[in-house]
Amino acid sequence: MSVLVDEDTRVVVQGITGGEGEFHAGQMIEYGTNVVAGAVPGRGGEEVHGVPVYDTVSGAAEAEDADASVVLVPPAFAADALFEALDSPVDLVVAITEGIPTQDMSRVKKRLGETDKHLVGPNCPGVITPGEAKLGILPGNIFSSGNVGLISRSGTLTYQVVDNLTDRGLGQTTAIGIGGDPIIGTDFVEALSLFEEDPATEAVVMCGEIGGSDEEEAARYIDENMSTPVAGFIAGRTAPAGKRMGHAGAIVSGSGAGTAESKIEALSDAGVPVGDTPEEVADNVEELL
Amino acid sequence: MRLHEYQAKEVFAEAGMPTPDATLAESTDEVCEAADAIGYPVAVKAQVHVGGRGKAGGIELAENEEEAREAADSILGMDLKGYTVESVLVEQAVDFVDELYVGVTMDRGAGKPVAMVSSEGGVDIESVAEENPEAIAREHIDPAFGMHHYQARRAVYDAGVDREVASDVAGVLSTLFDLWENRDASEAEINPLMITGEGEVVAADAVMNIDDDALFRQPDLAEMEQEAAGDDLEAKANEYGFDYVRLDGNVGIIGNGAGLVMTTLDLVDYYGGEPANFLDIGGGAKAERVANALDMVFSDENVDSVVFNLFGGITRGDEVARGINSAIEEFDDLPKPVVVRLAGTNAEEGMEILNADALDVEQTLEGAVQKAVEQAGGAQ
Repeated sequence: MSVLVDEDTRVVVQGITGGEGEFHAGQMIEYGTNVVAGAVPGRGGEEVHGVPVYDTVSGAAEAEDADASVVLVPPAFAADALFEALDSPVDLVVAITEGIPTQDMSRVKKRLGETDKHLVGPNCPGVITPGEAKLGILPGNIFSSGNVGLISRSGTLTYQVVDNLTDRGLGQTTAIGIGGDPIIGTDFVEALSLFEEDPATEAVVMCGEIGGSDEEEAARYIDENMSTPVAGFIAGRTAPAGKRMGHAGAIVSGSGAGTAESKIEALSDAGVPVGDTPEEVADNVEELL
Repeated sequence: MRLHEYQAKEVFAEAGMPTPDATLAESTDEVCEAADAIGYPVAVKAQVHVGGRGKAGGIELAENEEEAREAADSILGMDLKGYTVESVLVEQAVDFVDELYVGVTMDRGAGKPVAMVSSEGGVDIESVAEENPEAIAREHIDPAFGMHHYQARRAVYDAGVDREVASDVAGVLSTLFDLWENRDASEAEINPLMITGEGEVVAADAVMNIDDDALFRQPDLAEMEQEAAGDDLEAKANEYGFDYVRLDGNVGIIGNGAGLVMTTLDLVDYYGGEPANFLDIGGGAKAERVANALDMVFSDENVDSVVFNLFGGITRGDEVARGINSAIEEFDDLPKPVVVRLAGTNAEEGMEILNADALDVEQTLEGAVQKAVEQAGGAQ
């Protein structure tokens, strides 16, 4: 079992004729993902990697019976692409694009709330169910199939932690990179609830970082609603207050909110062991299982 | 991108916001000329991106030319929290009876803009928010629709603003929201918004931060002059386009992806070392960018060793290895020990071409960090 994506997921790639779109569509197909169409305005009728391209997402989804979309569209056009996907028949939208203006995402988030669809990202590596499908840019070869769910705000940290897990033979049901932007679609709480409902997921790893209060809210949710055990990791313990560390979200206000300490404390209080190193996270998962 | 006060006020004035008469000046004579044209008293205000300018001596009132000259002499060229003051705003001093705060920002938790009004203006609004949150009236705004005018009125009445000026203050808040939205700001603030004895409202300060990701559609703002960072290395990082933060330690840290680089910093600390910096080369970096990153970190004299931690997803290990090799060639001999760890996309290809003789190569993140800490002189 898995969450969000599996071998039956039928994927449209928005932006498939662009450099990133073409490369990663190829990688997804090579991994075994069921990429059934591309969508690029004005490029309908073409083919990329043997996949038909349509002018609109709705056209692609209707013709090819697609149920998911991966957005690899440049930031200036990405919000529009997300609105288009949300107004099409697909149920899952995975937004890889980095650098979408925050106000645009605020409007997208509002639209998302009026639907019952899932939006993962933006500024994320995507979603992978090892051995079945990957939607995004994650390097497929480091993942292995198993019983651990993974949620992370950072792409490369996802890879690092998965590497530590896979090394121990701890395979994954699904890994979800939720993205590091201030406004994202699927957050920790939603992702945790998906894993809670998945019978194959026997433990969950959540990798958070400084900034915002999503981890604190996740801790509350875990305390009140999760029977599946959760292991945690928080990046940015050494980050100085007031400095922005790459991710838009990773800035510490200096007032105590959003710091690594407050997140680690909230998670610990909810019974979540928080590792000091990715290696320790793997230790903790072994114990939870 | 943060606008200077004078720049934000230009943007405000264009939108019809009431702002005091003001002129930018770069020398004492220019200050006196400007003050003469505006009419005394004036405020002389340092134009640097530093909070708490007043307390730090960056704002002075002048009643006459002698005082204007003194103020200009003391502020121009002064070091304000690491920034050299190169220009001042000479501004008509507002004779006020009350000071308010109005602001608009993105509430990331709610995913919506929030407009705020407080009758406790003129002070550090963060401490008001912490100690007396009820003193700030808040309105969440529908991002697809924008602010209804009743919301501006409600915020103003909820904040207990004097009824005589409530309508004008609501007008200011509406204008501020429109500016925030139309100019892709992340924050727009007026603190203080002054109320004069005649019942006029005047934006006596202006803060505007623009979303860097939206600068492509704000070309006039993108062109505004940016102050060089206070730190030479941070200025260099800006030129190279790196996400870089300078820290106090001696272990230089380079990696790809904010989360992984932060984790590498944390591990350096965990193993008893002290991080010298945060440097994220970003996604999909090519060889030249990698060499630039090494050059950056080598030019920090506090750095005794460097850990280069790459986990390739979109970034390719062979590209990174080529970048490291070209840095090795350029520097002839590496000026400081470098520990490299390559994993992920094309890591094997990278390991094959990497000039490993000049470096320490480690297989794991933990191993690489421990080695770099050791190379920098061991655990502190």
